[in-house]
Amino acid sequence: MRAISTKGCYDPRYEHEGCGVGFVVNIDGAKSHTIIRQGIQVLENLVHRGAAGCDPETGDGAGMIVQTPHRFFAEQAEQLKFDLPEPGAYAVGMVFLPQDAEGRAACMGLVEEAIKEEGQTFLGWREVPRDSSAIGWLARENEPVIEQVFVKRGPGLDVDGFERKLLVIRRVAERAVRDCEISSGEEFYVASLSARTTCYKGLMLAHQMARYYPDLSDAKFESALALVHQRYSTNTFPTWPLAQPFRFLAHNGEINTLRGNINMMASREQHFASPLFGEDIRKLRPVLTCGASDSAIFDNALEMLVRGGRSMAHSVAMMIPEPWSGHESMPDDKRAFYEYHACLMEPWDGPASIAFTDGVRIGAVLDRNGLRPSRYWVTADNFVVMASEVGVLEVPQEKIIKKGRLEPGRMFLIDTEQGRIVDDDEIKKSFANMRPYRRWLNQNRVTLPTSPKETPPVQERASLLERQRVFGYTLEDLAILMAPMAQNGKEPIGSMGNDAPLAVLSDRPQLLFNYFKQLFAQVTNPPIDSIREEVVMSLETTIGRERNLLDETPEHCQQLFLKTPIITDAQLEYIKELGAPPPTLWPAGRKAGLKSVVISTLFNAKAGTKGLGKALDRICAEALAAIAGGATILILSDRGVDKDHAPIPSLLATGAVHHHLVREQTRTECGLVVESGEPREVMHFALLTGYGAGAVNPYLAFETLDDLLARGVLNLQGFDEAVKNYIRAVEKGLLKVMSKIGISTQHSYRSAQIFEAIGLSGRLVDRYFSGTVTRIEGIGLEEIAKETLMRHAIAYPTQRARWPELDPGGHYRWRKRGEFHQINPESVATLQHAARTNNWKTYKQFAEMINNRNRTLATLRGLLKFKKATHIPIEEVEPIEEIVKRFVTGAMSFGSISKEAHETLAIAMNRLGGRSNTGEGGEDPARFKPDPSGDLRRSAIKQVASGRFGVTNEYLVNSDEMQIKMAQGAKPGEGGQLPGHKVFDTIAKVRYSTPGVELISPPPHHDIYSIEDLAQLIHDLKNANVHGNVSVKLVSEVGVGTIAAGVSKGKADLVLISGYDGGTGASPLSSVKHAGLPWELGLAETHHVLVENNLRSRIMVQVDGQMKTGRDVAIAALLGADEFGFATAPLIVCGCVMMRKCHLNTCPVGIATQDPELRRNFRGKPEHVVNYFQLVARELRKIMAELGFRTVNEMIGRADMLEFDPLPGHWKAKTLDLARVLYVPQLWEGETCYCSKAQDHGIDKALDHEIMEKARPALENKTPVRLEQTIRNINRTVGTMLSSELTRRHKLGMYGGHLPEDTVWIDCKGTAGQSFGAFAIHGVTFYVEGEANDYLGKGLSGGKIIVRPAKECKFEAEKNILIGNVVLYGATGGECYFRGVAGERFCVRNSGARVVVEGVGDHGCEYMTGGRALILGKTGRNFAAGMSGGVAFVYDEDGTFPSRCNLGMVDLHPLDQESISVVQGMLERHCAYTGSPVAKGVLDQWRRVVDKFVQVMPRDYARVLSEQRAKELARR
Amino acid sequence: MFPSKERGFMSFKHEEPANLPVSERVKNFKEFAGTLTPAKTRQQAYRCMDCALPFCHYACPLGNVIPDFNDLIKDDKWPEALKQLHSTNNFPEITGRVCPAPCEAACVLGITGTPVTIEYIERAIAEHGWEAGLIMPEPPEQRTGNTVAVVGSGPAGLAAAQQLNRAGHTVTVFERHDEPGGLLTYGIPAFKLGKGVVQRRVGQLKAEGVEFRCNAWVGKDVPTSLLGEFDAVLLTTGSTKARTLDIPGADLDGIHLAVEFLTQQTRRVMGKDIEGKEITAKDENVIVIGGGDTGSDCVGTSIRQGARHVWSIELLPRPPLERDDTMPWPLWPAILRTSTSHEEGGERQWSILTKRFTGENGYVKHLHAVHLEWSEPDEFGRRKMKEVPESDFTIDCDLVLLALGFLHPEQDTVIQDLGLELDARGNIKTGQNFQTSRPNVFAAGDAHRGQSLAVWAIHEGREAARCIDIALMGRSDLPSATSHGYDSLGDGTAPY
Repeated sequence: MRAISTKGCYDPRYEHEGCGVGFVVNIDGAKSHTIIRQGIQVLENLVHRGAAGCDPETGDGAGMIVQTPHRFFAEQAEQLKFDLPEPGAYAVGMVFLPQDAEGRAACMGLVEEAIKEEGQTFLGWREVPRDSSAIGWLARENEPVIEQVFVKRGPGLDVDGFERKLLVIRRVAERAVRDCEISSGEEFYVASLSARTTCYKGLMLAHQMARYYPDLSDAKFESALALVHQRYSTNTFPTWPLAQPFRFLAHNGEINTLRGNINMMASREQHFASPLFGEDIRKLRPVLTCGASDSAIFDNALEMLVRGGRSMAHSVAMMIPEPWSGHESMPDDKRAFYEYHACLMEPWDGPASIAFTDGVRIGAVLDRNGLRPSRYWVTADNFVVMASEVGVLEVPQEKIIKKGRLEPGRMFLIDTEQGRIVDDDEIKKSFANMRPYRRWLNQNRVTLPTSPKETPPVQERASLLERQRVFGYTLEDLAILMAPMAQNGKEPIGSMGNDAPLAVLSDRPQLLFNYFKQLFAQVTNPPIDSIREEVVMSLETTIGRERNLLDETPEHCQQLFLKTPIITDAQLEYIKELGAPPPTLWPAGRKAGLKSVVISTLFNAKAGTKGLGKALDRICAEALAAIAGGATILILSDRGVDKDHAPIPSLLATGAVHHHLVREQTRTECGLVVESGEPREVMHFALLTGYGAGAVNPYLAFETLDDLLARGVLNLQGFDEAVKNYIRAVEKGLLKVMSKIGISTQHSYRSAQIFEAIGLSGRLVDRYFSGTVTRIEGIGLEEIAKETLMRHAIAYPTQRARWPELDPGGHYRWRKRGEFHQINPESVATLQHAARTNNWKTYKQFAEMINNRNRTLATLRGLLKFKKATHIPIEEVEPIEEIVKRFVTGAMSFGSISKEAHETLAIAMNRLGGRSNTGEGGEDPARFKPDPSGDLRRSAIKQVASGRFGVTNEYLVNSDEMQIKMAQGAKPGEGGQLPGHKVFDTIAKVRYSTPGVELISPPPHHDIYSIEDLAQLIHDLKNANVHGNVSVKLVSEVGVGTIAAGVSKGKADLVLISGYDGGTGASPLSSVKHAGLPWELGLAETHHVLVENNLRSRIMVQVDGQMKTGRDVAIAALLGADEFGFATAPLIVCGCVMMRKCHLNTCPVGIATQDPELRRNFRGKPEHVVNYFQLVARELRKIMAELGFRTVNEMIGRADMLEFDPLPGHWKAKTLDLARVLYVPQLWEGETCYCSKAQDHGIDKALDHEIMEKARPALENKTPVRLEQTIRNINRTVGTMLSSELTRRHKLGMYGGHLPEDTVWIDCKGTAGQSFGAFAIHGVTFYVEGEANDYLGKGLSGGKIIVRPAKECKFEAEKNILIGNVVLYGATGGECYFRGVAGERFCVRNSGARVVVEGVGDHGCEYMTGGRALILGKTGRNFAAGMSGGVAFVYDEDGTFPSRCNLGMVDLHPLDQESISVVQGMLERHCAYTGSPVAKGVLDQWRRVVDKFVQVMPRDYARVLSEQRAKELARR
Repeated sequence: MFPSKERGFMSFKHEEPANLPVSERVKNFKEFAGTLTPAKTRQQAYRCMDCALPFCHYACPLGNVIPDFNDLIKDDKWPEALKQLHSTNNFPEITGRVCPAPCEAACVLGITGTPVTIEYIERAIAEHGWEAGLIMPEPPEQRTGNTVAVVGSGPAGLAAAQQLNRAGHTVTVFERHDEPGGLLTYGIPAFKLGKGVVQRRVGQLKAEGVEFRCNAWVGKDVPTSLLGEFDAVLLTTGSTKARTLDIPGADLDGIHLAVEFLTQQTRRVMGKDIEGKEITAKDENVIVIGGGDTGSDCVGTSIRQGARHVWSIELLPRPPLERDDTMPWPLWPAILRTSTSHEEGGERQWSILTKRFTGENGYVKHLHAVHLEWSEPDEFGRRKMKEVPESDFTIDCDLVLLALGFLHPEQDTVIQDLGLELDARGNIKTGQNFQTSRPNVFAAGDAHRGQSLAVWAIHEGREAARCIDIALMGRSDLPSATSHGYDSLGDGTAPY
C-alpha cells in the first residue's frame, strides 16, 4: 500500500476531512428500496463536497448506513445455506479483510472464534459482490476483500444486550487480529456489526457506489432510513476504513480537542463499570481506536456511552453540549443537566454536523456555533430528507410541509418506532428531568468563592527581585506585557514581525514556554471570534475526581467549580484548605469529596542538572501517593525558592505529573492546580492549562503588580483593581488562544495540547508532553536544567548584585544587552544604503550580516549549508530579469500602509514583472490604468480576506491573481481591526465603508468553515475572473502540508506557505511571538506531501516570512518553493526603521500611517525597491552557479543539495536534527517537483456558459434581455462569470459606470446551488422560484436577487427556511428580496446591499458596515455582533428582540420619519417582487404595527452620520 | 499638558537651551553652556519615539539605553532615570558635556527633521542627580581581598576603578599628573568642562574607597615593579604621543603642541603653578593647525586669552553642510561642524598644506603654506591631494598651536618595562577580554584603541573591569553594555 513517508515533516495525525452528510428516512419506519435509491441520489448530489486526488476516479470515501435489509439477506442466506432467524435475532457484520488469502483466512477464523467465545452462534460468511472496475485505480490498489459475517443471537439476550455482545465480539476480534502476527492484519476492519444496521462504504465517489456494490441495486434491499456521507480528505491516500459513516454516525467537521479527549478517556475507562456489561467491560478497553480519525474516535466514544446504557440523544448531548454557560434564557433543569455532565466529561469541541442513527432513531446535531450547514425537508407523506445542502433530492414541492435547518447546538431526531419527529426541547427535557441534577449539584459541587478583597501578596524569604530573576522576568515583561494588562485589562498589541531567534537557537536561557508554538485553525475548521461571538465561549471548568462514566450518582459532582482557571492567592488558600479541617480563612460549609495536597516543585540547585530529573521523579511519585491517600486536587507549588532551591519550570512539572498520571491511568482521579511564580503572559497560561492544569495561581505576577503599583507605574485604585484587570486580560487572551483553533470551552481546551514543540528532544516530549509534535529534535532535561540554573545564578550573585535592574529582555525592543535580532540597526542601515545606491558591495555586507549564521543564528536555515557541487559559469544561469518574476511583495493593505508606500511597491513590482499585493482592503480603480509615465500602480495580486473589504466584481476582474488569505503569519487564526480614526475618506472609499467608522475583519472567512468550502470559494473566484489565478495563503504549522494537499485538490493554482515570523500592522504580542512555525518546516512538509500525493506539479508553491537575501531564496527553492515573498525587507528599503508602531498611526517615515503630515516624510522610491530585488537575484545567481543550477526550476525541491550544519559550539543548537526538513520525497513517474501544469477548474461545465449564450445581446451591446433557466443545487456560482464578462467587456465599475437596472433578467426555477449570484453586478437580476443554499449573493456588487418559494409550495413561507447560511457575505451593493427565512449569519459583513427577509438565524448582520437589512420576522441570538455600520430594521412582533441582540456596538431605536419612508419603500418593493403576504399585512396595518419596528443603529455610524449631516448643513 | 507618549514628537519642537552670549562668555573660562529646565527636559524627552530599534542606543558606544531614560523623564521619574543612566555610564554629567553625541546623529527623528536633544537630557538628569543629592558614594558591602592597580586616571581609568571597586576589589589608581582625570582635567578646557565637575566625581570614587596616587608616573616616579604587588593591573594611560610636523622651521620657538597650551591654561584656571615657560595667546596672531576638537579648544582658549587674531587651518577639504550618500543615516556624518569656539571668532580655512615656518630671533613669524585640491573619493573612500599651482601664501603669526591628533600611547615607560606586545598602530594589543600579552595585565581606553571619544574610553574601562572581575573571581556580576551577564556566570553552570 502506498503511503506518505513520515521521514519528512509530515505527521499523519494532522489529516483533515470535510464532507457532505445527509440522510433520508421514512418517519413511520416503512422500509422500501426507494429509500436506498434516494440515499444514493443524495450522495451523488453532494459530490462537489467531496474530492478526488491525483486519480480523478478515486474519491476520498463514500458510504451509507441502512437498516439491516432482512428481506434481501434472507434470500441470500438461502443461497449460502444457512438459516437466518427473525430480524433482531441475528446480526450482520461488514468486514474488510486482507487481500492475501492466508491472512484473510486467519482473520476470519479469529472473528468466528470471538463469536463463539462470547456465546453467540456463527452462521456464515458471505462475500459481498463488488465491481472493482467501478472505482479508480488508486482505490483498487488498496481495495480489501469485503465479506459479511452473520451472527445468531445467543440465548437470554434482548436486542440491546445482543448489540452489547456484538461490541464485545468486535473488540475481542480486533484485539485477536492485532495480537496474532498476521502481516496483513492491519487491513482487517469491521465497518459495522449490528443487529439493526449495516454499513456499506469504501474509497469511492458517490456515483460509483451503486455500481461497486450491486447489493444496493437489488429491489429487495430495503430500509426505512439511509444515512450517507461523502468525504473530502486532505490526503490522497485515505484508507478504506476511514470512509464514513462509522457504526453510528457520519460527521462533517473536526474535533479539535481530540488529544485531550483521548488522554482523558484512557484514564476514565479504568473506572468503567456497568451491570449491563459485567466482566465483559474489560474486554472493551481501549475504547478508542488508536490512530484513527477524529470522527472514528468520536464514534468509538459515542458507541461506548450508548452501549453503556444512555440513550443516543443523551450521549450526543454529553459530547456536544449546547453553549449553556452564557445562554440568557436556558431553562434551569437543562442547564443543570449540562453542568452536571461537565463533571463527568469534557465536551468534544469543534465544528460538527453529526448525523447519527442506531437503526431505530435517526437524527443530527450541530455544534454550538452552527459552523456546518444542515437543511431538511419534511413531506406530507412522512418522509424526511436532511443534508448539508438543500435540493439534493427531487421532491414535488407541493408535498413539502416543512423546510427547516439544524440550529446551533440543537438536535433533530426522528423516532421511526414512535413514527414522529421529536424536537430539541422535548428530547432535552426528557433527559434533563431524568434525575435531580440541580439538587445533586447544590449538595455536592463546591463553587470557588471570589473573595471580597484580595489579601496583599505573601512575603517570602527571597526578595521580589531575586525571585523575578529566578523566574526569568525581564523589563519587557513588566513594561510591555504586564503593566498594560493590569492597566487596561487587555492584551498588549504590537506590530511588525518576529526576527529574534527561536528559543533553541538563542544563546540566552529561555523559558520552557518559549519552545512551544500555538496551533491554529486554517481551512479545515474555522477559528471563532471570541469577542463578537462570546455567547459560545466559556472559561468555566470543574476540577476534582471523576467517577464511573457509565453511571450517574450525586457523588459524581463532588467537584470544585471555577469561573476561570486563573485564581488569586486567596482563592488558592481556599483550595489548600479543602479537606484540611478546621478551616481558618474561609467560612465553614465545605463539602465532602474534596481534598487538596501540595507538592513542592523545587529542586536542589546545587545538585545541578541531575537534581532536576530526580525532582521530577519525586513529584510524580508524590502525586501518585497523594491520590492513593485520597487527594482529589494536587497543587504543584514552587513557592520558597532561595539560594539553594530552584524551581522546576512550571510547564515541565505540570506536563510531567499530568502524563505520569495519564500513563498510570489515574489522571481523572484528581485536578491539577499550579501555584507558580513563572507564568505571567497569556501563552504561559495557555500552555499550563493546555497540558492539564485546571487552575493556575501566578503569585509572583500578582506580587509584581503590587510592586508596579508601589512604584507608580500603574495608575490604578489599588491592588484589587490591578489583579482584576490583569486576570481579565489573561482571560481574554486565553479565550482568543482557544478560539484560534476553534475551541470554545476551557474545559475541553484543558489538556488538549494544541501546541507544537520546536527545539525539544523527542525523548523529553515523549515523557513529559506525550503526543505533542516535535520535528527537529532539540534540548533535553540537561539543557532545561542548565537554563533554569543560569537564571538562578543571576539571581544570586557572588558579590552584591551590580545589575541595577532586571534583564532587559529585548524580544520586543532591540537592546544591546538583550536578545539578538536579525533586523537590527546595523542591518537596517546597510540594507537601506545598499538599495538606495544600488551598490553590490554594500548589499553583500548586508547579506553577510543576515546569512552569517555565526553572528545571526536566528533561523533554521542558518543551520543549513550548501553541499559542494560542480560550478557552472555564471553566464549559463538564467538572467536576473527572469528570476525577479518569481518575487512578490507581501500583503499589506492600503490602510495599514500609506498610499505612497503602497504604490511605490506596486510600481516597483510591475517594473520587475513580479507581483505586489493589495492586502485586505480593496484598491482604488484609478490605479487599474497605467500612468502617463508608463508605470502601473495596480497590484497584480488582489487579496480576498475575511473582511472582504472592497472585494467587488471590478476588483477581481482587474487582477492577475486572487489570494485567499486563510491566515497571517503574525496572527494566524485571528481577525483584525482598523480603528475608526484610521478610516480616512480615501480608505473608506475603496473599502466601501464610512469614513471614521471602525472596520472589523472576522477571524474566519464566513464562507470557509471546511475544506470543501474553500474549494467552493476558489471556484467562485475562478468564475469571477477566469483569467486570473487563485492562490491560498496558509501559515506554517504542523499539518500545513496536508492542508496544502487539500488546497491543491480544491484546485487552487498557488499555495503560499507563510512563516510565523512575518510582519503585521497590529497583532497581540502573544500571537506575534507564539503562534505558527518557521517556513522551513511548513514548506518542507508541503512540498513533501504534495509530491508524494502526486499533487505538486499542478500547483505553484510560494513561501514568505522574513525573506531577506539570495541565500534565503536559494534555500527556499531547494526546500520546494517556486516563488518567494518579501515584505519587511522592501519596506525597510522604502525607509522603514522598524519602529514597531504601525498600529499607532505615528510612523515617522510615512509608511505605516495615514496622517498627511507624516506621509510627507516618505522617502521611498520604486527604483530602490527594484535595486534591492535585483541585488537579491544577483546573489541567488551566484549561488546557483556554485551549485550548478541553470534555472530555478531545476533547483526546486533539491533538498539533497543542503546539509545540516550541526554547529557544535552552540550549547543548544547542537542538539537539533534537521533530517526531516531535508528529506527528499519520491517523485511519481513523469511528474515534476515544480509547478508545470495548470489545474482543471471545471469552469467549462459552468451553467454560466449557457446563460451567457442567452444573454449575448447584453454582452455585446448592453441590450436588455430576459431569460429563463432551470437550476439545481449542483450548479454552483451561477451568474458570476456572466457578471464579470459584462464588467470586462463594458469596463464597468466605480469610474466606468453601471448597466441600467434589470439589463439582464434571469428567471430561475429550482434550488440554487452554493454561491448563487456571487459578485453579481448592477443591472443583473435573478428571480428565483424555489430556494437557495449557502453563500447566496456573496460579494454582491450591485446585482439584484429575488428568491421566493415555488408557487406550488403550500406551507407558510415566513415559517420555513428559504435561503442558507452566510448570505450576502461582503456584499458591496445591490438589493435582495427573500420571501422566507434565512439561516445563520445573514448579511455578514454586508457593506452596501439593501435587503428584505422574513426571519434570520443566529449572528444576523454580524460585522455589517453598510447597507440596510429589513427583517420581517424573528431573529436568532447575537444579532448585530460587531456591526459597525449600516442599519437594520427588525419587525419585533412580540417585543423579545432586544434580548437576542448583541448591544456591544449598536443602539436600538424606534423608527424615525426618515426611516419610516425607507422601510415602507422596502416593503413595497418586497411585496411587488415576491407577493409576500407578510409585507402586505404590515403595510395594510402600518399605523398599528409601525411601533413594533426596531431600528438597529451602530453607535459609531450614527455619530459619523450626524457629523456629516452637520457639516453638510454648515456648508449650505 | 503632555500629549500621549506616542505623539510627543508631533507636539513638541526641538529646542536647545541658550548658551551665554559670546560677548559674555569670552570674558572668562567658566562653563557657559545652558541647561534645559526640568520642564523643558520633559518636553524634549517627549519627542523620543521609543523606537523598537533604538538607533541612538546602537550608536552610543556605552550602550546608553536612551529610550528608557527618556521614558522615565516623560513620567517625571528623575531618580529612576538617573539609575538607568548610571547602569551604562559612570559619568553622565561628563559625557553630557563633552560627547559629540553619535546618538543624536542616529536618532530616527533626524532622518527627516531634528533629533531628540539626548545629550541635554542626559546632562539634565545627571545634574539633577547631583543637586538632589542622589549621587552618593556606593562602597562595596564586602571586599574580595583582591587588589587592582589602574595606571592612568582618564575616563577609562576612572570608570574601571569605580566598577572594580564596586565589585569589592581594592583599587589603587596611579596618575602621573598632580590631579586625577587625564584629558578630562587637563585636556578639555574649563569653559567646556568645569574642573569642579571632574573633581566632584573623583570625590565620589575616593569616598567609595578608591585610592589615588598622583604624581606617580609608573616607570618614572614609581617603579614598574611595584605593579607586581597587585593581583591585576589595568593600563589606561591614554594615547598621549602627539603627532607633530616634520617641516622646516618646526623647531622655532612659539610653535607648541596644543595639549601643552591647553594644560597650562587649565592649571591657571585651577590656580596652580605653571612649570616652565608660559605660553599665551594674548595680543598674538595665533594659528591653530588642525581642525578637530582640540583645534577648536585652542581657538576658544586663544580668544579668551585675548589673541589679536586666530586662524584655524586644516589639511582636509571643507566638509559638506549636509549628509550625502557617503555617510547615510545613522552613520556619524562628517559634515561641517561649527563648535561654540568657532562661534566666538577666528578664521577657518580648509585644504591647506603647511610647507614651512620662518621666524625671527628663533621665534616663529610666518607660516608658509599652499592650497590643495582633493580628488573625488575612490572606491575605498580615499581621496588624493594635489597642490594648487602657484597658490603659495604666507600668514604672519606669533604663536602656532599644533592640534594634529595623537599617534599612540607613550611606549617608553610602563609598556616597555612590562614588555607588552603592541598592535600595528602602536597601541597595546589585547585579546577580546582586554588582557595584554601578559597575564593579569589588562589595557583599555585610548592606550588600547587609539585616540577616541570619552564615551569609548568609559565603555572600555567598564568592560575591562568586568573582564578583570571574571579573571579574579571566575564570574562577574558587573554590568556590560552588550551582555546581560549569562556569559559571565563562570561557576560551572555557564555554558561557555
